[in-house]
Amino acid sequence: MAASVADDVQGPASGGPNHGLRIFLIWLPIAVAADLLLYFVYGPHMPPGQMSNSAASQQFDIKVMSVLAAPIMAFVLIGMGYSLIVWRHREGDDEDGPPIFGHTRIQATWITVSAVVVLFLASFGTYELAWPAFAGAGSGEGPSPIWTPKGGTPVQIQVIGQQWRWTYRYPQFGGFETTALEIPVNVPVQFNVTSLDVIHDFWAYQLGVKADANPGVNNVAYTTAKQLGKFVVRCDELCGLWHAAMVNYGEVVTLSAFKSWAAKTNVQLAAVTKMLPPYATTYDPTVVPQINKAMVKAGIAGANGYYYPPNDPVQP
Amino acid sequence: MSLPARVVTLLVAFLAVAAGAAFIVVHFFLGSPPTVDYSTGVSADTGATVHVVLQEDPQNTVSTHPDWVSYFVQDPKTHAWIHTTLFKVPAGSKIDVTIYGYDGCTPLRNPYFGKVTGTIGQVEYVNGKPYSQLNSWSACHVAHTFSIPGINLNVPMASPDLSATLCGTSPCTTASPHETVTFSFMSPRTTGDYFWQCRVPCGGGFIDGFGGPMQTIGFMTGNMEVVS
Amino acid sequence: MAIETQPDRAQGAGGGAPLGGPAPRPWWRRPAIHTAIIGAVIGYTLGHLLGDWLTGATGATNQYPNIALSDSEDWPIVLGYLLAIVGWLAGLGVFNDLVRQITGRPPAIANGLPEHETSGLARYFRYSLDHKVVGIQYLVGMIIYFCTAGLFAMAIRTELLSPVHHVFTSQVYVEIVGEHGTMMMMLMSSVILGPFGNYLIPLMIGAKRVAFPRVEALSFWLTPMAFIILLSGLLLGGFPFGWTGYAPLSIQSTVGADSYAVAFGLMGVSMILAGFNIIVTVICYRAPGMRWSRLPAFVWAMVTTSFLMVLAAPVLVGGMYMLLMDRTAQTAFFEDSLGGSSYLYENLFWFFGHPEVYILALPGFGIVSEIIPVMCRKPLFAYKVMAAGMIGVGLLSFFVWQHHLFDSGINPDMRPLFMVTTELISIPTGFIYLVALGTFWKAKIRFSVPMLFALAMYFNFLIGGVSGVFLSDVPADTTEHGSFFVMAHFHYTIMGGLIFAFMAGIYYWLPKMTGIKLNQTLGKWQFWIMFIGFNSTFLPLFAVGMAGQPRRVFEYASNLTGLNDWVSISSFVLGGSILLFVINFVWSTVIVREREEGNPWNSRGLEWQIASPPPAGNFDRVPVVLSGPYDYGVKDAQPVADLHPPAGVLAAAIAQAAPVQAEA
Repeated sequence: MAASVADDVQGPASGGPNHGLRIFLIWLPIAVAADLLLYFVYGPHMPPGQMSNSAASQQFDIKVMSVLAAPIMAFVLIGMGYSLIVWRHREGDDEDGPPIFGHTRIQATWITVSAVVVLFLASFGTYELAWPAFAGAGSGEGPSPIWTPKGGTPVQIQVIGQQWRWTYRYPQFGGFETTALEIPVNVPVQFNVTSLDVIHDFWAYQLGVKADANPGVNNVAYTTAKQLGKFVVRCDELCGLWHAAMVNYGEVVTLSAFKSWAAKTNVQLAAVTKMLPPYATTYDPTVVPQINKAMVKAGIAGANGYYYPPNDPVQP
Repeated sequence: MSLPARVVTLLVAFLAVAAGAAFIVVHFFLGSPPTVDYSTGVSADTGATVHVVLQEDPQNTVSTHPDWVSYFVQDPKTHAWIHTTLFKVPAGSKIDVTIYGYDGCTPLRNPYFGKVTGTIGQVEYVNGKPYSQLNSWSACHVAHTFSIPGINLNVPMASPDLSATLCGTSPCTTASPHETVTFSFMSPRTTGDYFWQCRVPCGGGFIDGFGGPMQTIGFMTGNMEVVS
Repeated sequence: MAIETQPDRAQGAGGGAPLGGPAPRPWWRRPAIHTAIIGAVIGYTLGHLLGDWLTGATGATNQYPNIALSDSEDWPIVLGYLLAIVGWLAGLGVFNDLVRQITGRPPAIANGLPEHETSGLARYFRYSLDHKVVGIQYLVGMIIYFCTAGLFAMAIRTELLSPVHHVFTSQVYVEIVGEHGTMMMMLMSSVILGPFGNYLIPLMIGAKRVAFPRVEALSFWLTPMAFIILLSGLLLGGFPFGWTGYAPLSIQSTVGADSYAVAFGLMGVSMILAGFNIIVTVICYRAPGMRWSRLPAFVWAMVTTSFLMVLAAPVLVGGMYMLLMDRTAQTAFFEDSLGGSSYLYENLFWFFGHPEVYILALPGFGIVSEIIPVMCRKPLFAYKVMAAGMIGVGLLSFFVWQHHLFDSGINPDMRPLFMVTTELISIPTGFIYLVALGTFWKAKIRFSVPMLFALAMYFNFLIGGVSGVFLSDVPADTTEHGSFFVMAHFHYTIMGGLIFAFMAGIYYWLPKMTGIKLNQTLGKWQFWIMFIGFNSTFLPLFAVGMAGQPRRVFEYASNLTGLNDWVSISSFVLGGSILLFVINFVWSTVIVREREEGNPWNSRGLEWQIASPPPAGNFDRVPVVLSGPYDYGVKDAQPVADLHPPAGVLAAAIAQAAPVQAEA
């Protein structure tokens, strides 16, 4: 249908109030006020906070998006609200409304503006991911991360997800494993997240880190903590019966406190570390080379649950 | 259909639906295994020790899944073995636990959990001898674990070795080959539910050994309810 | 036709077939839902026995040692379900015409057999080939499925009243979560296309029938089976992995997971069939003069939805099949230690899963775009933009699925690509707001009950859509993924969009479909309680999610107790409003039955130009469409169609269709 431009759409030339101008004048102060409140008043308190550079970059991201979203939502709501009040049906008026089928300029403007906003948001999001200072914004980048923090080797912490507990291994400090998570402040930390059974998700809320733990896959996420304190770690991917209880707390401490804790714990847990397999980015407990010969002879080759029959070929 | 017939049909249909929904809720949602109460007559003030007694079996022959490994809890008064994994203990008390291990060995997926944590003295006693960890890969040592993550308790259960003929009907008696594990811990001061689980992949026939009994309350996972 | 040597009726003149055909059988001997149930029970038993024999439970060589260890009867249960489906369909008489044609006898309709009578309550329980009957069957079915799944939601919110006092055990809670999510996501995909699409599309395009009535009826009759199979999962111990069914957890689960995979796969088949029928009907059965540029907005939405169903659901069926193979035949599609990959499942599932949510969103767009011109007495603003928007959404929806997997360890440079496509899809999604604002401009807006629901749909979808933009941004998604923020987003778009549109559609079209009007006062009460209850329930969940509460958990941080309690109480109010709707619906259609013939909304839609409810063949003659359905306010507008075109006009219209006419 060709757009028939009725005079009614233009408005003022044919007499009567300029509805478009009115809507704009109602919208402008509301949009400005909302943006100022969102950016300056609520902004510093927006989740996930500023405990790490990832969290801070996410907070900034959410701030920018809110500042863009508020005027758009206000425009739609005010436009609709105005229409519903001003142009509601009056009793006794059984006439149809004006036959406005379209308006090319308005349609083109709408499409262009929405395209511009959306493409801006996409590029802004990419910037937040790729800029070296943000190094992937705390999200899991898979086994071959491309956005890595600059400047030195990060502290590596392997996060092992299993049903239903997180354990952490510290390869640079002797490869010991513990259920305690401590990370140093102001030092880039590399989380190598993997799973021993089903899919879990490592979510350190205040650090703004989230990385799925898949079996046999090393999912790398980076962050640099900026403030000392405790943070909560939850499993974010349904992993069975006690998924909701897969919670622990981690702590951000000074670098020297971290180093001394690691050295002390490594000594304390030396006997346990001897039981563990050598450090690797992924583990397959299904077939364990270190298992005692008598157990292998009895058919207990690994911790596989005997789902597949013993004659099934293993990882080809 | 006439109006009265329609009204009656509607009422009957409504009652049938309501009854069906109520049945589903009561039967499927609210049912659970019984809870064994170790807390009667004991509290933090009396300073008495609570003695919790459990056993873990290679099968259970008492449920609809007879081949599933399972724990049993002993009732403190009748000394009967109840097929459940739910029990109640008083807050802030010393809990002595005895577990009879009748099941054979399975390697841990993460051998870290062979380490004893959270007990008094950080050790467990296997047939009277203290151990601070058990290696499930180096020999046929470990059958299950008793772990309460909420208080960082983890105790690997010792198993009879490969040559033993394991007990065949449940609940097992001490006549069958078994290892006895004892340990103690302090129950937390905050009341509430503390779930416990086994960490050994002993759910045979399930991927990673963590399905079936491992994820079903009443078999290898349960709840310790701490009451005041 | 078999030669009757002893016909029980007089022969026709000239030695023809016996007059009147065979005598009609009594109602309980004709295939209907009761024979279907018997067929399903027999089928299940046969399948279960077959599975037992296959897996050696009866003593044959045991091919599956894991079954002895795990006491899991996956094979018997899966085969039982599959044969139950076959038995259900056989009991309904779905295969009867097929068998007749294979054996050389003419099918039922051609015989004039009274298999498909046009009046009476019994036809709603049969395999009816009348699209209007199928529409009503779908309507009742969908209301039942929605309410059942909604009751599960009430149970979820009851559990979430307290982080420490638990109403249900963890096991039961995760079962309930899975049942609620799966039932809603799999069955509500046809909540508008089923009742309204099937009923109204032929009426809106001027057709007397749909292209494939048997396929359409089959698509309906698969849904009760899917529903029952999913519910029967509760008998088997439920499934602990939510509606997404991620492997390897879904392989690890006990037998309840089989009900999930079979039910979901079956519903996928139903979706393919329903969509296929709609596409062919709209392409091939439009009346003369019903150009694509005159097609009602609702039909555009149904066509794009149907394309999504036909193209995306096969991937789901394939994924569920692979899951079942892993669970029964010991394949290793998704098991990493044997060369499979958990990512394979995630990608298969979400390649379907994302178009699925647009299958849920597009029909809502169609209904509100259909209702607002009628209630505003103005043409639909920017009709071409609306159609382009729906097509754009449908097309782009296949290119965004990895946004569900941003943190899962996929190739990191894929993420900006999918961020761009996901952001882009918000452009065509926004077109409905351009259309709505333009339609409201200088209109004469009537606040009838359908209009109220349509307005609420715009309000809710605005919030849902904008929160979707927040989720499409990868850094922000790092905190929001898997949390209650996502929950709030999709409940706003799906429930706030689709279900409110569904309510609008029911209040708008029920007089057309049944000739009975719903009580408008109760409708207004229901609207306000539902709107306030809905927003009160889901708006705080954005905050709850951003504060760190993940989905599907029964324990949460104690400082969130207040918010969770507010949400739970509001959800009970929301549930009350749905109950009010059911009461209104049942009361009005069964007890009061207040007639509403004619065109209560004064709509120009073609479906409103015939009687309510329409006669068996819809139109006496195939109409000739003269103008679009949105020509309100146009001076000397043509009527929308000529319902009794004179003889010969069809041929002339076809001949005349060659020269392109200038069109307003």
